[in-house]
Amino acid sequence: MSAIFKREARAYFDSLIGYIFLTAFFAASGILFSITSLQFGSTDMSGMYSGLFYILLVLIPILTMRTLSEEKRQKTDQLLLTAPLSLSSLVIGKFLAAIVIYSIGVCMTLVYAVVASFFGSVAWLTVVGNAVGLELLGAAFIAVGIFVSSLTENQVIAAIGGFAAMLALFLIGSISSIIPVPWIANILQGLSFSARYNPFTYGVFDFSNVLFFISAMAIFLFLTVRVLERRRWS
Amino acid sequence: MIEVKNLVKSYGDKHAVAGISFKANDGEILGFLGPNGAGKSTTMNILTGYLSSTSGEAYINGHDILEDPIAAKKEIGYLPEFPPLYMDMTVKEYLCFVYELRGCRLPRNTHLKEICELVKIDNVYNRRIANLSKGYKQRVGLAQALVGNPNVLILDEPTVGLDPKQIIEIRTLIKKLGKNHTVILSSHILSEVQAVCDRIVVINQGKIVADDTADNLSRELTADHKLIARIDGPKDEVIKLVQTIPGVVSVVADMQREKGVWEYNIEAVEGTDIRRELNRRLMSRNWYILGLRSSELSLEDIFLKLTMGESVTEFLADKAEDLAEHYEEAEKQ
Repeated sequence: MSAIFKREARAYFDSLIGYIFLTAFFAASGILFSITSLQFGSTDMSGMYSGLFYILLVLIPILTMRTLSEEKRQKTDQLLLTAPLSLSSLVIGKFLAAIVIYSIGVCMTLVYAVVASFFGSVAWLTVVGNAVGLELLGAAFIAVGIFVSSLTENQVIAAIGGFAAMLALFLIGSISSIIPVPWIANILQGLSFSARYNPFTYGVFDFSNVLFFISAMAIFLFLTVRVLERRRWS
Repeated sequence: MIEVKNLVKSYGDKHAVAGISFKANDGEILGFLGPNGAGKSTTMNILTGYLSSTSGEAYINGHDILEDPIAAKKEIGYLPEFPPLYMDMTVKEYLCFVYELRGCRLPRNTHLKEICELVKIDNVYNRRIANLSKGYKQRVGLAQALVGNPNVLILDEPTVGLDPKQIIEIRTLIKKLGKNHTVILSSHILSEVQAVCDRIVVINQGKIVADDTADNLSRELTADHKLIARIDGPKDEVIKLVQTIPGVVSVVADMQREKGVWEYNIEAVEGTDIRRELNRRLMSRNWYILGLRSSELSLEDIFLKLTMGESVTEFLADKAEDLAEHYEEAEKQ
């Protein structure tokens, strides 16, 4: 697993995708921070964190699009799948590498909080709660992205598919409000990524939401392993 | 040791591998021979755990590849049809990655250096794989299979893309490795399998059509009673004379090879050896035999015969006709 992790983390910076992702992430979060906090002379950063949700919809697919699709296209999956390691450690190694790159971005948002703290008092607990929420949301999205990437050998399709899947997970909540059957609406509302994420930005740290994102992440990683397993049989 | 029992791989109702069984012992080089699409690569992919078989079993040194994949995969070095290379890495980075991936415990730098010297890629050790020639890429792929010094080597067309000198080098290397490894290599080039392998498994349309040593294979299909003789003498009279030898069934003058020297296809009754009699009678007339060989089938012929059955003569005649037509047309123009 560590070999996969190291190679993958390196590949993010060899192939520029790591730089592109972080640059875009820093730019987006910086702009959001200055619009929602600096402009108003406020140290409340919830505006930036809720805005970043939409940014992730676009950026995470870029981060994950090549993870498995490129292996298949270049036939290097033959090396990985015939090496003495389990499919789950292969998927987890790739997942962790993406998480590390992503976490560098999330840490940057804490730097903004430090900057803000020079000008006024920062509600640190809320900020950290926000950052944890962002990290969990990103982890779940990355799992979705890797899953989509395992379905195709074309990076572009993996990126667009990942974006579509995340958009769907985001829109589930909005659809629920127009469904007249209450119990279906409730289920959809419960599955909505935005409905689960927004409480973090209000400063509410609910463990059921933490558990939701961790479960979503685990489910999609599990599905990815199943896809790889199934490919051997087809 | 590799043991395969009744392996089947189906895609829908098409059988890519239709029930093959064979065994490769330690220190043996087994050649997998077959036309393109015969199921060689599929079989190798199953043996290495890349694909799962529909039914049947495969054991690598006693480990079932489906039941105990990690233990089985540890024993295997695999060079697939397309070497699985990361183009953005240098040879060094790539081999280090494979070294870690396989959880290798040998001293890293010396081990990798040994491998690079063995397959002669030490001069490109620090170059990016994307910039290497096809031959080098193929050899980096082979180096990858050797990392960790696995007992079993499975090589899918290992000499593709190499020039003649490199081919000889790699063949020598494979022969050396065969002394203390189990090696399976596939090829559709007969001379290659013949040059390297102890045993040949001929596979066609997912089935094994022959499994024997190279010599036995050709012996089995040779016709001792069929001779090809190059005789210096007047054609028609030679034919008449040879026909009088007891046991001769037919004599056909094939082609004039030198001035006055014809090549004859002589067929005798099976089990009779007419060589001495032929010599004696020609000598008495002062005609000379300039060449005499039994019409032993080359592996090419055997291969065609095994994979195409009796339709092989038809196939060859068809191709010859096609060629003649082509020449005729070209001449007209």
